[in-house]
Amino acid sequence: MGAIYIDPAIHRATVNREECVECYACFNGLSQEHLNPTLVRLMRKVLQLIRVRFDPEPDVCPTAAFEPEELVWPRVVRRAFSDPRVPHESTGIEGRGTEEVKTNDITGRVNVGEVGFTIELGRPGVGVWMREIQHMCWRLGAAGLSFETRNPITSLMTDVRSGTLREDILGEKLMSAIVEIKVPVERTEEIVRLVWEAEKELDTVVALGVGTRCGPDGEDHVLAPILERLGYKLERAKTNTGLGRITNRPTEARSSEVVTR
Amino acid sequence: MCSRGKNDENAVARLRQFLEMALQFGPVNLGDARHGGALRPSRSMSPLAHWRRKIKPDFRAVIEGMDTATTAAAVFDNRPAAEDLMKAVRAADLGLSVNISTSIDGAEQCCHAAGLCRHSVGYSLGFEGKTGHLPNEDVLMLSTMCGHGMVSSSLAKKMIDWVKEGRRTPQQAVTYLARFCSCGVFNPSRAVRILEDARKRTR
Repeated sequence: MGAIYIDPAIHRATVNREECVECYACFNGLSQEHLNPTLVRLMRKVLQLIRVRFDPEPDVCPTAAFEPEELVWPRVVRRAFSDPRVPHESTGIEGRGTEEVKTNDITGRVNVGEVGFTIELGRPGVGVWMREIQHMCWRLGAAGLSFETRNPITSLMTDVRSGTLREDILGEKLMSAIVEIKVPVERTEEIVRLVWEAEKELDTVVALGVGTRCGPDGEDHVLAPILERLGYKLERAKTNTGLGRITNRPTEARSSEVVTR
Repeated sequence: MCSRGKNDENAVARLRQFLEMALQFGPVNLGDARHGGALRPSRSMSPLAHWRRKIKPDFRAVIEGMDTATTAAAVFDNRPAAEDLMKAVRAADLGLSVNISTSIDGAEQCCHAAGLCRHSVGYSLGFEGKTGHLPNEDVLMLSTMCGHGMVSSSLAKKMIDWVKEGRRTPQQAVTYLARFCSCGVFNPSRAVRILEDARKRTR
């Protein structure tokens, strides 16, 4: 995000709180030394004075200056969507908080003849404001599309039909967020064109993903030709190999076990 | 990965088993979505570590540190190894959802080698919208290697510059980037190739 900068007035590293998406990459990703800040600054000044280049490891914070902050609503939404180590409360999933077709072999989220769209706004590394996500959701809602219920963005909607998000979170910026919808395969082209239109009205980037269930032979003869006709060159994909199965014991079996113990 | 309420009971043991199996086939990275990959930052580094810092991935720490039912990842830099892992995973019948993230062709061949038919496919259609905000292609290839965007494009750009200036080798530069990846899907072998290529040209 580039939210950390040296403030010329105070000569100290400062976090731009407006742009910071609370991804915690600075706290989680940097190694830490615990050196005295005054000593570190003095050493740097001396080296700078005699024009000697200081060449430290770029992923180390010498003074362990970053401290996690106790976030409160609505700012906590930034972290929920930006720090992939924190599971989303609504879905219990880390990362961007959705399983997409990665567990389709168990959930049956997208069936034959259906297409699941993942519209990820802000990725890669640009970020997105909640009000921009709402704009995309409104455009999708207006086309009569239904949003995936097991998705963190959907859980923040006050009106799932129109795609309206909670008003108090619209001023929050995120690393990225995924809007998910499911449509019959016949509507694929219409939705892609709708996303193309909507993304022109946003000041961010969009990573579009489209998933479907393969046929019994493991081939997709339906969706790929549509996407190729729309000009997409299909090269990369997440492929679910179909090895998943339900292994949890039925709820009744577990609850009776609790009673008898 | 497992799905909450469907196959998450005793999933940690099965995810560990998956990582143990992957280890036999020479991965270039292993990781889980809660703790990151096989190269991790240190919370208390000695200043002397700058001169003798460990840059070897610690796969054992990933397996032993896996304590939550989350996503486990194994990264390979050659297809035969990935195919062998798929065969082993199929034979082990873990009951977990196993996804392959690579070229469509590569994934099909892995499935074929393991005697599997693809269940579902999620096509990545690339980046759209205001792409003027994006950095150049080399930087993008490095920073998007962590699917969650935890590898900053500023750091990736800096590492390309440092390699060009001879301040770090590609192998050293890659370790700095890999420590930021929160899920362990960062591919250090590919990153070295990208840095080697970027050293010789201007974008």
